[in-house]
Amino acid sequence: MLTSRAKVVVNKEMNFWERIYLPAILGGIAVTMKHLFRKKATVRFPEATRSISEVWRGQHVLKRDEHGAERCTACGLCAVACPAEAITMTAAERKKGEEGLYREEKYASVYEINMLRCIFCGLCEEACPKEAIFLTDRIVSTDYTRDGFIYGKDKLVEPTNARIDVTKRQTPAVLEFKKHKLLSHNK
Amino acid sequence: MIAFLIYKVILVLVIFTITLAVAAYSTYAERKVAAFMQDRIGPDRAGPFGILQPLADGLKFIYKEEIIPNVSNRFLFIMGPCIAMLTALMAGVIIPWGDTVTIGGTAYSLQIADLNIGILYVFGVVSIGVYGIMIGGWSSNNKFSLLGAIRASAQMISYEIAMGLSIIALVLMTGTLSLREISLQQAGGVGSHWNMWNVVYQPLSFLIFIICAFAECNRTPFDLPECETELVGGYHTEYSSMKLGFYLFAEYINMFISSAVISTLFFGGFNFPFMNDLGLSQNWITILGAIAFFIKVLFFVFFFMWIRWTIPRFRYDQLMNLGWKGLIPLAILNIALSGFFTLWFGK
Repeated sequence: MLTSRAKVVVNKEMNFWERIYLPAILGGIAVTMKHLFRKKATVRFPEATRSISEVWRGQHVLKRDEHGAERCTACGLCAVACPAEAITMTAAERKKGEEGLYREEKYASVYEINMLRCIFCGLCEEACPKEAIFLTDRIVSTDYTRDGFIYGKDKLVEPTNARIDVTKRQTPAVLEFKKHKLLSHNK
Repeated sequence: MIAFLIYKVILVLVIFTITLAVAAYSTYAERKVAAFMQDRIGPDRAGPFGILQPLADGLKFIYKEEIIPNVSNRFLFIMGPCIAMLTALMAGVIIPWGDTVTIGGTAYSLQIADLNIGILYVFGVVSIGVYGIMIGGWSSNNKFSLLGAIRASAQMISYEIAMGLSIIALVLMTGTLSLREISLQQAGGVGSHWNMWNVVYQPLSFLIFIICAFAECNRTPFDLPECETELVGGYHTEYSSMKLGFYLFAEYINMFISSAVISTLFFGGFNFPFMNDLGLSQNWITILGAIAFFIKVLFFVFFFMWIRWTIPRFRYDQLMNLGWKGLIPLAILNIALSGFFTLWFGK
């Protein structure tokens, strides 16, 4: 027996009080009466929302660096790490004069995540060597068509005027862990 | 004569309105009680705390498309819910809602008709009630409706026997069939003129009666005429729009009337403890008595719901076993015992 929850079946005859059923009903109505005054589990949705975990893994963001240039270099490690094969990208070379837009010489001209395939495991974020992709606490909203769930750079890259805070997921402990490239996890 | 008619018409209208209002709010209460017993909140969107919910439900029923199946018997199909509703409302006539109010030297009784065969009238009306369900289920020309109707009629007919037998014991003790006289016999209660309610003398009769009342109202645990896991919707599978609403509404009215009958027969009717010690005039006693009566009735309506959200429904053979092999012999035993005690101790 692995747990102590297993119950031995007893096929004994019911006694008189069990057979007339009324004591059992009284026990039952006592239980329901207790529940009548118990604290309700309901969250009144539009007025109150259910709080989500601090490390909630929701919609992704492609980060920019402190000067506003995209951090992603289209190395493809996230796409390789993705167990659901939700990420596709096309790499392109940075032209002269685009230094403010892209941090390194190579960048992703197309970067798409299929939100219907994504399982929000966070492996892309772990695989990223450039601290470019993070999962945030935003919830992926619904759509009418399947196409609507394929998020391109327009929805993924963070706007320069409305930066998205990812410090909750990018804690010092996480950064420290990522430095150790010898750990099989980070190879 | 005119004054008499006006008084009766007003009384009828008031009781009719109250019955409908209580039935409407029973649907709301049912949902709230269900929710609270399941640790939920229940309907709270229509008005403050959702108190406009019955109105919204009624509107929804009226605006829904009304479908009458081509293969059904149209006349009987429409008659079904009408009979169910009619008989449910008819039983309210003989309930004594209160004692007499004296205005200008004339005593007005808060009861529409004081029949000297009140209990028999209740049984008569209740047994017509089964026709509403039977006709509705049969005329739908649907096997599930028919099965539901057969279940309902078999159940109601077999539980009526035990119900009637349980009342015989009470009648043996009280010596009258008039609900008003049965109420008056229980006057006083705790306080001076020590007099206990009938439930103290007839606990077994009360138990049998309330179990049968659950079966007569098709309420859980005896709601297998509308057992949705087996019969889709039971006898009202083919019904839609307000006709369905009438069937559901009739159930709540039946519940209310059953609660009123139980309160009258076993729980002192419009009498309340210490009523003789307050030193109030007869009119005030009557008004307080009517309120006390409503509190008792509402408690039993709540009890109906309480049971519904506690225990699962019986299987069909269990239901028949309980009715024929359990309750009927028990009721006969109860008659014998009450006869013995009445003979021995007077009362």
